[in-house]
Amino acid sequence: MSRRLHIEVFRYNPLDPNSQPHMQSFYVNEYDSMTLFIALNIIRDEQDPTLQFDFCCRAGICGSCGMVINGRPSLACHTQTRDLPDHIVLHPLPVFKLIGDLSVDTGTWFRDAGSRIEAWVHNDHEKFDAKAEEARMENDLANDIFELDRCIECGCCVSACGTARMRDDFLGATSIARIARFYLDPRDERNEENYYQVIGNDQGVFGCMGLLGCEDVCPKHIPLQDQLGIMRRMLAIHSVKGILPKRILEKLQHKGCCHESH
Amino acid sequence: MQIIYSDLLCIGAGLAGERVAVEAAKAGFNVTCLSIVPPRRSHSSAAQGGMQAALGNAIMGEGDSPDIHFADTVKGSDWGCDQEVARIFADTAPIVMREVAHWGVPWNRVEAGVHTYYKGGKPFEAEEKREKHGLIHARAFGGTAKWRTCYTADGTGRSVLNTLDSMCLRYEVGIHDRTQAEALIHDGENCLGAIVRCLKTGELKAYLATATLIATGGYGRIYRATTNAVICDGGGQIAALDTGLVPMGNMEAIQFHPTGTVPTDILVTEGCRGDGGTLLDVNEYRFMPDYEPEKAELASRDVVSRRMQEHIRKGLGVKSPYGDHLWLDIRHLGEKHITTKLREVYDICTNFLGVNPIHDLIPVRPTQHYSMGGIRTNKDGAAYGLKGLFSAGESACWDMHGFNRLGGNSLAETVVAGRYVGKKIVEFLQGHTVDFKQSAINDAHTKVAARIMEMTKRSSKQESAIQLRDEMHSTMMDNVGIFRNGKDLQAAVDKLDELIDRAKNIKLQGTAIGFNPEISLALRIPGMLKLAQCTAYGALMRTESRGAHTREDFPERNDKEWLNRTLAYWKDGETRPELKYEEASPYFEIPPGERGYGGGKIITADIPEEKLRVPNKGADKKKAKQTKKAS
Ligand SMILES: Cc1cc2nc3c(=O)[nH]c(=O)nc-3n(C[C@H](O)[C@H](O)[C@H](O)COP(=O)(O)OP(=O)(O)OC[C@H]3O[C@@H](n4cnc5c(N)ncnc54)[C@H](O)[C@@H]3O)c2cc1C
Ligand code: SF4
Ligand code: SF4
Ligand code: FES
Repeated sequence: MSRRLHIEVFRYNPLDPNSQPHMQSFYVNEYDSMTLFIALNIIRDEQDPTLQFDFCCRAGICGSCGMVINGRPSLACHTQTRDLPDHIVLHPLPVFKLIGDLSVDTGTWFRDAGSRIEAWVHNDHEKFDAKAEEARMENDLANDIFELDRCIECGCCVSACGTARMRDDFLGATSIARIARFYLDPRDERNEENYYQVIGNDQGVFGCMGLLGCEDVCPKHIPLQDQLGIMRRMLAIHSVKGILPKRILEKLQHKGCCHESH
Repeated sequence: MQIIYSDLLCIGAGLAGERVAVEAAKAGFNVTCLSIVPPRRSHSSAAQGGMQAALGNAIMGEGDSPDIHFADTVKGSDWGCDQEVARIFADTAPIVMREVAHWGVPWNRVEAGVHTYYKGGKPFEAEEKREKHGLIHARAFGGTAKWRTCYTADGTGRSVLNTLDSMCLRYEVGIHDRTQAEALIHDGENCLGAIVRCLKTGELKAYLATATLIATGGYGRIYRATTNAVICDGGGQIAALDTGLVPMGNMEAIQFHPTGTVPTDILVTEGCRGDGGTLLDVNEYRFMPDYEPEKAELASRDVVSRRMQEHIRKGLGVKSPYGDHLWLDIRHLGEKHITTKLREVYDICTNFLGVNPIHDLIPVRPTQHYSMGGIRTNKDGAAYGLKGLFSAGESACWDMHGFNRLGGNSLAETVVAGRYVGKKIVEFLQGHTVDFKQSAINDAHTKVAARIMEMTKRSSKQESAIQLRDEMHSTMMDNVGIFRNGKDLQAAVDKLDELIDRAKNIKLQGTAIGFNPEISLALRIPGMLKLAQCTAYGALMRTESRGAHTREDFPERNDKEWLNRTLAYWKDGETRPELKYEEASPYFEIPPGERGYGGGKIITADIPEEKLRVPNKGADKKKAKQTKKAS
């Protein structure tokens, strides 16, 4: 079984005026249950200590290690080499600013998106009463909100998105799912008009071309398309309220995938 | 050199750092958080199981109260904790869970009606009450008398961290990610901030602040097999220890978690056992009830880890190329439970182990997991030795965990301490101004810059940081593990002496302009060796067994001589810390006694009468009565 892996890595140090983007080959002996996390660390420990890449939890939970693996954005720590051919090609995620080699700046991107959509529960935080019982919530609703809170901000979906590559102000499916999280949350007191202002435009839901790249690559299997569909429909309804007859509005309002219309 | 001012500098943006930041920002102070990674990647995000608070909503938690939570925590600590702090903790935890619920945490909620739960692999039915419907639910965890662990499926850390991070956005806390604190700036009396390295450009910067908080999490990476993230390298503790003024508390108290997976050392949550999972040996026999008839798999972590190791030593482990292990069985919980409430476990097993936990057993063994020790603080979170320096979360020895922390008590600690210490910092900031002495800034900066310069230039006597790290790993794994003894510990201390000496000659192998990842490790290794030495030497000197610290040559818990906390100071140029000791607790609301699990003998101490009273307890009540009357 033991294969010799040929790992080709994108190299570029933007801080070094003499550095040119290029591919560099490394070779490592594969062993049982080897992941790309292990392989890249062996390369850095034994062959090139200057190689830049990001890992943190190494357990598929923190979202640090998104990269393009043989053409597809995924998490390097939970990619087993045995699932790949013996020639592995690694690129940094596009869209995000390159820090060096395989490392990109997702932190700045997500923080910026977070402030644009004001990603926090909008309510009066001072109203919290330390002595009172907590406000009740249905467990199913809590689970639905958690489902969208599971995003690890790895950036894979953004990197796979045609719109995000074309326009750098596109909020991406992840931000729209995040808005949906607050839309679902009864503790958030924003109304539809507020949401409309934030994502009812080409940087938001209407910029999405519905190519599904995002959901395909999401390592957490977050139902991004459903959320895009729900938000788009909610906003569409909001913008035509008062114009369309109620009957048609109601018809529009049922949940479902945005691709029905494509 | 760029200089950045804030009222409060939080080194670390995990749950503890962000909770403190929110408290100070809400009070109107200017706050900056540093983090090696974007905040939501902090290790807190990896916590799956949940956090303890005595809400008592779940039927299996009925009748729970902060008093019972307090008692569990003290027993869990093997009476090594500060009971004043444990009391603050248990009393505040329910408030904090409700507070984060108000801010957006989607806690799992009680659903009225009959549900099937599991205990020790056996199903049973329990009816959740109608009047509790919709309140925060809880699950079982080890070492607790009641079901008390609040959770969001198995992504508790993730969802609470997301919520706190969103509060940081809301209150405009400055987040500087990919920045790593390298040294504290201080004038021998006051802490003035930190020298920080930018992990995008390699540049050194000075962050000045009236108050500085260290909330950098654990330092599990001194061990090879650890559940900790690769960034858990003790940077904050090292910066504090290096001042020579701030001591580390109880560094020998290291927790091993029973269910690290083999071979990758990724944790599967205690929630597995809490929800009814069992441990099996090579014959697929459930052995824990033989050792711990009462609590079985749900005894506290130190006990379960020891029993597992004991069982493996009897030759009943499963042989594998990665060493012997045992099995965790959650198959009986069924597909629905595993793919919803334990989905992260399901993903970890299928992605990393090639094991499907719905049908297969999960290979597990005890793995380094948590550091009870850390920067010694008083009950307000203020570090010993320097004014204006605080610490909270896993990096601190606030000391509600003593020698063994209970599962679910650490996440809860981060937010409880975050809130409590946050308020104390606000008080401090309100009454304090500092003089940012240029000389102190220059000293700290020169020290870091000179170290980097030397590592790049050095020509003779070269050491590789990677080699030193690997030797440290072997030493800690082989000699400072679950079972300890004088001979092995002495060997570890001697070896670490040597490594600390050799670390003076680290030389970088590669060169790269700007940020160079090799420098990160090279800068960290000497400090990690010191933390390792504090652990090994502290363990060698502590000639008793308490909580997670188990000496085969001193099996008794010796309250007569060791009902105390180790303080480790590090003087510049030494290869060993100087150890001092202080009383474990100012008083004993619960006098030292049996834990009710784990066996073991106790050498009892005569505790003076006045230490068995809670000061002001009656007085407080009286005062409350009086104010009530008055109003
Ligand atoms: C796999 C796993 C599962 C767990 N599950 C549970 C559980 O279910 N329940 C429970 O109670 N506990 C659990 N724990 C323990 C608990 O998660 C941690 O103790 C807790 O999250 C620590 O939080 P923290 O805020 O102190 O530190 P962390 O979340 O580790 O944050 C540390 C922060 O400091 C930053 N940092 C570190 N060094 C530096 C530096 N030099 N300069 C600048 N920034 C720095 C990091 O970037 C990060 O932002 C678990 C632990 C692990 C490892
Ligand atoms: S469906 Fe929309 S958001 Fe998703 S990848 Fe396509 S264009 Fe981008
Ligand atoms: S939605 Fe999925 S792919 Fe996108 S950032 Fe979140 S976890 Fe990653
Ligand atoms: S390192 Fe955390 S997801 Fe890969």
